[in-house]
Order: sequence, then C-alpha cells, then structure tokens
Amino acid sequence: MAKSALLKSSIAKKYWMALTGLFLCLFLAGHLAGNLQLIFGDALQFNQYALFMTSNPAVKLLSYVTYFSILFHAIDGIMLTIQNKKARPVAYAMNNPSNNSTLASRNMAVLGTLILVFIVTHMVNFWAVMHFDKNMPLMKQTVEAQGMKQEVYLGREVGQFYPADQIQLATEPANPMMPKPMVIKNGTDIYNAQANVKIGELFKDLHKITFAFFQNPKTGLLATILYVLAMGVLAFHLLHGFQSAFQSLGVNNKFTPAIKTFGKLFAIIVPLLFAIIPVYIHFVK
Amino acid sequence: MSAAKNININLKIWRQKNVKSKGSMESYKLDNVSTASSFLEMLDQLNEQLINERKEPVAFDHDCREGICGMCSLYINGRAHGPDTGITTCQLHMRMFNDGDTIYIEPWRSKAFPVIKDLVVDRTAFDRIQQAGGFVSVNTSGNTIDANAIPVPKHDADRSFEAAACIGCGACVATCKNGSAMLFVGAKVSQYALLPQGKVEATQRVMNMVRQMDEEGFGNCTNTGACEIECPKGISLENIARMNREYLKASLK
Repeated sequence: MAKSALLKSSIAKKYWMALTGLFLCLFLAGHLAGNLQLIFGDALQFNQYALFMTSNPAVKLLSYVTYFSILFHAIDGIMLTIQNKKARPVAYAMNNPSNNSTLASRNMAVLGTLILVFIVTHMVNFWAVMHFDKNMPLMKQTVEAQGMKQEVYLGREVGQFYPADQIQLATEPANPMMPKPMVIKNGTDIYNAQANVKIGELFKDLHKITFAFFQNPKTGLLATILYVLAMGVLAFHLLHGFQSAFQSLGVNNKFTPAIKTFGKLFAIIVPLLFAIIPVYIHFVK
Repeated sequence: MSAAKNININLKIWRQKNVKSKGSMESYKLDNVSTASSFLEMLDQLNEQLINERKEPVAFDHDCREGICGMCSLYINGRAHGPDTGITTCQLHMRMFNDGDTIYIEPWRSKAFPVIKDLVVDRTAFDRIQQAGGFVSVNTSGNTIDANAIPVPKHDADRSFEAAACIGCGACVATCKNGSAMLFVGAKVSQYALLPQGKVEATQRVMNMVRQMDEEGFGNCTNTGACEIECPKGISLENIARMNREYLKASLK
C-alpha cells in the first residue's frame, strides 16, 4: 500500500509537485547566474560557460533531472487540474474567490501552461540551436598582428587561434582549385585537411546567437517583449508556488513567515533579473 | 449599533426537486425583512410566504442555530456561510445586507456532496472519512483508564483542541476552487495525531482517511488558503501541513 500511496494519492501528488517545483527553483537560480554573464562577462567567458554546460557529465546528469522535473511537474499539474475540475461538476452562479485567495494561487495551471509554452519556444530558439544546428556559428575574433587586421577562430586552449581564411567551413562551397589547409569536422573539431589529423577544437558561438536573436531588426523587439512578459508570468507562478511547496511538504512552523518572505523576494528578483538581460541586449548594447 | 429596520430584498435561490433532477436558480422577492433577524429566520419568512402562496418551501439544512452543530451550510453571494467571517450561516444576520440587495443562495458545490433537494446536500462523505480512521480504539471492558491519567503537554492539547473545533460543515470543500476536503481531513487527523492516545493508530489513521477522501471524489489541495479564511471555526492550514507530514511518515513505514 505504501508504494502506490507515494505515487497516486492526492497528497503524494502534492509532494511530487513540491519537490519538482523546488528543484526547478534551484535550476532557475543556476540558469540566472549563467545568463548574467551576458551582461557582466565577455563573449569568450559566456561561450566557455556554454561549452561547460553542454559537455560536463555532472551538468548533463543535472540537465536530465531538470528535463524530467519540467515534464513531471507539467504532467502532474495537468492531471491534478483535470481531477480538480471534476470535483466540482456544477459551478456557482455567484462566486467571490478574491475574498479568500490570491489571483496567482487560483490560476497556477494557466500560468504553468504559459510557462511551458515559453520553455518550448526558448529551447527551440537556443537549446536546439546549440545542440543540433549544423550551421551554428563558431566563435571568431578580429586580431591585429603586424598592423594587419585578421579574422581568427578561437581555439579552446588559451592563446590558440586559427586564421579564418585558411579554414574550410562545412557550410561554405569548397574551391577545388585552392583547397584550404584546415577543415571543420563534427561541428567544432578542426582538422588538418591533408593529413586528416585533428589539431584543435573551437567554441560554438552561443553568445552571438543570443545577441543576434534579441537584436534582430525585425523580430528582436517582439522577442524581448515576449520574454519580459513570460518572466512576469513566471513571477506570479513563483509567488504562490514557492511557499506552497513548503506547505505541501508539511513545513508550516516558526520558519513559515521567513519562507514566505524569501519566496516573495525570490519570485520577484529572479524573473526580474532574467528579464533585464534581453532588455539590456536589445536597448543598451 | 443602529436600531433594527425593515428591508426589502431580492433572492436568487437554487431550486432542485431531488438528487436526479436538474435544478435552476429561481428569483423571489421578500419584503419587510427585519435587519435584526438571522439569515435563516429570513429563509423561514420566505418559506411562510411560499406556503401561503401554496408553493413548495425552500429546503435548507439547519439544526442548533447557534453555530456549533455544523448542520447549516449555504453559499451566500459567492461565499461559504455568507459575507461575515468566523461564523456559520445561522450566525449571519440580515444587518449585513442593505435594502434592495440581491442575494444569491446556492448549495455547497462538490461532486462528493450531491444536492438532495434545493439547498440541502448529502455530506455523508465526511462521515465515511471519519469512520475510516477518525477515532481512537479504547478498551471498554470494565478496565477503562481515565483519559486524564495520561499527561498531555499543554501546547499539544491546545493545538489538538483547535483542530477538534472543526464542526464538519463542509465550508472548506464548498469554498475551495478544487473542491478539496483537506482542511477537514487535516483537522481530523491532527486532532488525534497531537495526542498520546492517538499515536497508537496514527499510521493506519492517516492512510485510511486520505484513501477514503480520495475515493469520495474530493479535489486536490493547491494551497490557495481559501478554506482557512472561510472556515467558521478558524481551522488553520497548519493542520493540512501536519496531515502531509503524518502521511509521509506513514507511507514510509
């Protein structure tokens, strides 16, 4: 009985909602710290961070827990909402819920659905490009050597760079008359074309993708506005969700006022900082 | 307080012949209602008027009319037990309303509380939850021990008493947007969980009561806190948190 009770009962669903929700709060804090490098760090730092986040095995494990949490939180939430709708088949002709509960607490499913739509769009725009786009740009810089400006690709090892005009990109048409000495393979590996030997690795330029996305002359403003709105929705979801998770896990004691205050601060500050980043990219940089 | 006066009101009341019929909101006009009368006395006055008109009187639940039995209900103008706080419908007075007001009166709306007739709902789902575990087993074969022989810390006794103040009226279910009964079940679980006498059967109690609650078709709690605000006895959300703790402990055993 105990096992099914920890999966199926109404209270067990609350536990899972709370645990996955709190884990996603941790994820938000971590994701925010990473994103803030778009303001406070340079392109290299951000791309190094992006590389770390897509290659480190511990991060990979955490990312699977995150995907699972998002899916479970969403599915559990949908199931709860369906059950809850069924629990009141006939609606009241006159209802005054604003007298006894907050707007956010009554609309968690709507807010959550909007957030899920945002997550999917957000992943299509950035995560999928980073992981699967074969035309993902590689990190380039202009350096000055002996008074000559030169475009170079940055290698992963410090101080390592490769002149852009000597590299055959997978996306460019090759010129059989003048083959270039270096060639890109597997997205980021750089090979000696003749010997077919790997000589280095480059960075995917997520920094460039992000800036281009929010600075796009046609869609950048819309993307920025939608992003800010989505963060507003997230703030309302967290405003109820954060402290609610503790109540669901049975924590309602002398620490509850502190948890509520912290939850409110978290719900306002985290989405606000997230929202500042695209605004900064679009309007300031 | 100002002296009582008479007001004329419009009523919109849910009328439903029996559990199977469809039901609808009906409009009534009631004149000369004293603001000193209670809400249920106003309904008595309406029923007298209806009987004189040879119409079917409105069926509604009531018993002690002093806020302790848990029998009266009614969703009045969109709120359980009406616009006042910390009271049951029988303790609501007509001085809360103004001349010319339209008052909506509806039964508790919950799948687990089917409407029997008009404003009367079947709340035996609560009885079945209580029977599933809301008790302590005591040997009554002649060697009963005095309950006071077991020392209870004052703090726990107070919390337990607060939980025991629940009269099982169902306002929590009625007001919850999810039709959840967790404030009721939380109070009943807490009442025993806090006392040494209740510890013995604590594991089965919470498991059985929650299982019965789920089987009855109540919704799931989403911590909106509406129940705590509308509860006539001021039962705290702490009781739901305590039930959540008790359930976790019991499930891991």
